[in-house]
Amino acid sequence: MITTITVNVSGIVLIGLVVWWFLIKKPKATSMQNDSIEIKVRDGVYDPPVIQATKGEQLHLRFLREDTSPCSEVVVFHGLDVSAELPVGTVHEITLTIDEPGEYEFTCQMGMYRGKLIVA
Amino acid sequence: MKIKLSLSNISCVSCVGAIERTLIQVKGVDSVQVNFAEKTALIQGTASTQSLIAAIEGLGYGAKPFDEQNQENEEQEEFIRFHKLLRQFILAAIGGVILYLLSLFNFVPAITSLPGQFTWFILGVITLGLMIYAGGYLYHNAWKAFLNNHATMDTLIAIGTGTAWVFSLFVTLFPHAVPALAQHVYFEAALLIIALVNLGGALEIRARGKTSQAIKRLIGLQPKTARVLRDGQELDILIEEVQQGDTLRVRPGEKIPVDGVISEGHSMVDEAMITGEPIPAKKNLGDEVIGGTINKTGSFLFSATRVGKDTALAQIIDLVQQAQNTKPPIARLVDVVSAYFVPAVMVISILTALVWFNFGPANYLGFMLVASMTVLIIACPCALGLAAPISIMVGMGKAAEYGTLIRNGEALQQATKLTAIVLDKTGTITKGHPEVTDIIPASDWDTDTLLQWAASMESGSEHPLGQAIIEAAADLSLLPIANFNAIPGHGIAAMIENKPVFFGNEKLMQRENIQLGDLIQQAAKLADLGRTPMYLAVNGQAVGIIAVADPIKEDSKSAIKRLQDVGLKVIMLTGDNARTAKVVAQQVGIQDVLADVLPEEKSAKVKALQQEGHLVGMVGDGINDAPALAQAEVGFAIGSGTDVAIESADVTLMGNSIHGVAHAIAISGATMGNIKQNLVGAFFYNGLGIPIAAGILYPFIGLLLSPVIAGAAMALSSVTVVTNANRLRFFKPGGRT
Repeated sequence: MITTITVNVSGIVLIGLVVWWFLIKKPKATSMQNDSIEIKVRDGVYDPPVIQATKGEQLHLRFLREDTSPCSEVVVFHGLDVSAELPVGTVHEITLTIDEPGEYEFTCQMGMYRGKLIVA
Repeated sequence: MKIKLSLSNISCVSCVGAIERTLIQVKGVDSVQVNFAEKTALIQGTASTQSLIAAIEGLGYGAKPFDEQNQENEEQEEFIRFHKLLRQFILAAIGGVILYLLSLFNFVPAITSLPGQFTWFILGVITLGLMIYAGGYLYHNAWKAFLNNHATMDTLIAIGTGTAWVFSLFVTLFPHAVPALAQHVYFEAALLIIALVNLGGALEIRARGKTSQAIKRLIGLQPKTARVLRDGQELDILIEEVQQGDTLRVRPGEKIPVDGVISEGHSMVDEAMITGEPIPAKKNLGDEVIGGTINKTGSFLFSATRVGKDTALAQIIDLVQQAQNTKPPIARLVDVVSAYFVPAVMVISILTALVWFNFGPANYLGFMLVASMTVLIIACPCALGLAAPISIMVGMGKAAEYGTLIRNGEALQQATKLTAIVLDKTGTITKGHPEVTDIIPASDWDTDTLLQWAASMESGSEHPLGQAIIEAAADLSLLPIANFNAIPGHGIAAMIENKPVFFGNEKLMQRENIQLGDLIQQAAKLADLGRTPMYLAVNGQAVGIIAVADPIKEDSKSAIKRLQDVGLKVIMLTGDNARTAKVVAQQVGIQDVLADVLPEEKSAKVKALQQEGHLVGMVGDGINDAPALAQAEVGFAIGSGTDVAIESADVTLMGNSIHGVAHAIAISGATMGNIKQNLVGAFFYNGLGIPIAAGILYPFIGLLLSPVIAGAAMALSSVTVVTNANRLRFFKPGGRT
């Protein structure tokens, strides 16, 4: 009886944790320095993944791709019609100006690498 | 001597300055040019490559000789990665199979015995080593993603195989803590799953390489050198050094290095690789040539008009690359799904374990583990995420092969839904190079004077019909004109010898209250033949007619038939009078004609069709027809030559034929079909695979998938998507070519 309760409760708690950690909790946003930031494409993630940016400014996103997996080769900015192929090992700069405040996701083609620009 | 180096690690413009300053100080260097965008340095002088690289490295940057570096580098990286994955696959597979055979044939003593425990413990440690070697990157990536509150494909594999190993080790150490029927280790499953993930990755790299062939082919078209004429001498120089205004020599069989205009000589040029036109184009003095096309017959000189990233070819590559990364609206749903997919699978996996725990048979522990692990392994977000992008990549490339540049995924999807196609007459159906066919003077004028006055009027105009008249009057001297005024849709007005002169259509004459007398009948006859009659009026008197006809392109009729055959309503739109328009329409098999349309009315006509419920494709030139192209669901710009980036156009046709429109629609249809197959396949696979993995069929037919089978299915599913997209490479849009 106790086992049954323990297992079920832990299962439900685990589900809660998964939902909280992956869907509700947001990673801390990194601010840009002089509207410029280097984003590493490494170990299956964009680092930093969440970037705070200023609206109306020209933003310089300098992508340095270290992963060689084919998924990492393209970065697509959703809702901005911007995409770029990233060379391995060299910095590729993407320049953007966003006038509308909001959250803009950037992902790889398959949506496994995920990052976000928070424009305010 | 010139040396070109490719630079690495330079991230800002100030680095460029530092590199330039340092290199110029190297002994033997005459000049340095650093291209920040390209990350290259071009050095002139006698310095050795080594000394230059050393100088750059001294600054903390990287450099190596430029050697079509990008493409080869990328291919080499791909090759290295492919082989690494293959090695990881083989090692993990060998380990997994050996473990499988050991337990299958009971080579290892029972796990409940001390020797059995000991042996399995050793095997477990070896397994861990192999897992780290072959799949270490999966765990590393999963952990990194976890820290960012993010779950990926790697997360699923890592949890699945990790749980299998931890459970197996637990059973090994404390066999009596689990029910007798669950006393089983899953080391081989963990290894085989990792092996299969690596195999899938390797196969995907192979298949993916092919999807970008179209773009590689385009990049390969760029010649490496050019032969420039300087101070009367012909010099071979690197393509990067060619500057606007340079005069270049092209010999038969050579590639034309950059875009330009022929300044001496003539030739036949094969432009199929850019325009999709199979027949070589005749090029005379003053004609445009496109970089990357092949000179067939004559040797000629041309003046470079566009170089570097401004050439048509560079722009095409850029456009196609951009377009390849856009998505059709149909794929947007996938973006939403993929954001929640992995956490959802994790939740399902936990629920699966709970259901087995609560409702499963007595030996539930083994079922809990196997079923929840299989759920994690079989789920394949990659197949879903790849479904649209990979087909778009191949489809856009295919379109470029046929000289049609589709701007984005939205245009691609819209092109498959069109119900009506509006074709502008001049330049689209016809060649757009009209010729003078008739000169009919009234009473006291003669043909030469009539032509001379008309040509003088047109000397200020850029209208194509006007050019025909000027060409016809090449042997006559033109008169000076004053107060030139173009009246759109009507004609032109100006002063010659202080007399007011009007030259244009019947509408213009009516507007100016000019009596036409029996010229009207003459004009009607000409119009019946499909020619465009224009009246010349001097001092309020009509003095004659000049008729101009624009020959129909040879393949317009067959292309229009292709459009009609796929169920599209084809409509001709023209500023010409109804009579002339009808004759042309009849010749090409079009029933619906909108004639006498002023340029500014074109977009209103498109709008009217849309209000009737049509989804309209508009085909016209990118300048005069821009508003109509923008108004239409899909705007096709035709005949803009090397002007690639036409804002108003959703589809730019590099060739001059309406077949390009039919190609674009056919390729869009095939690509959208392919995307739908992929999407349905991927949804179906996940939607069916996950419940089966969870054991939904177990109560009915006793089926529970092995995690290894799930691993194989997962690896195959993304390869299948890529392979299906690759089928598009063999698609032929039909018709001509």
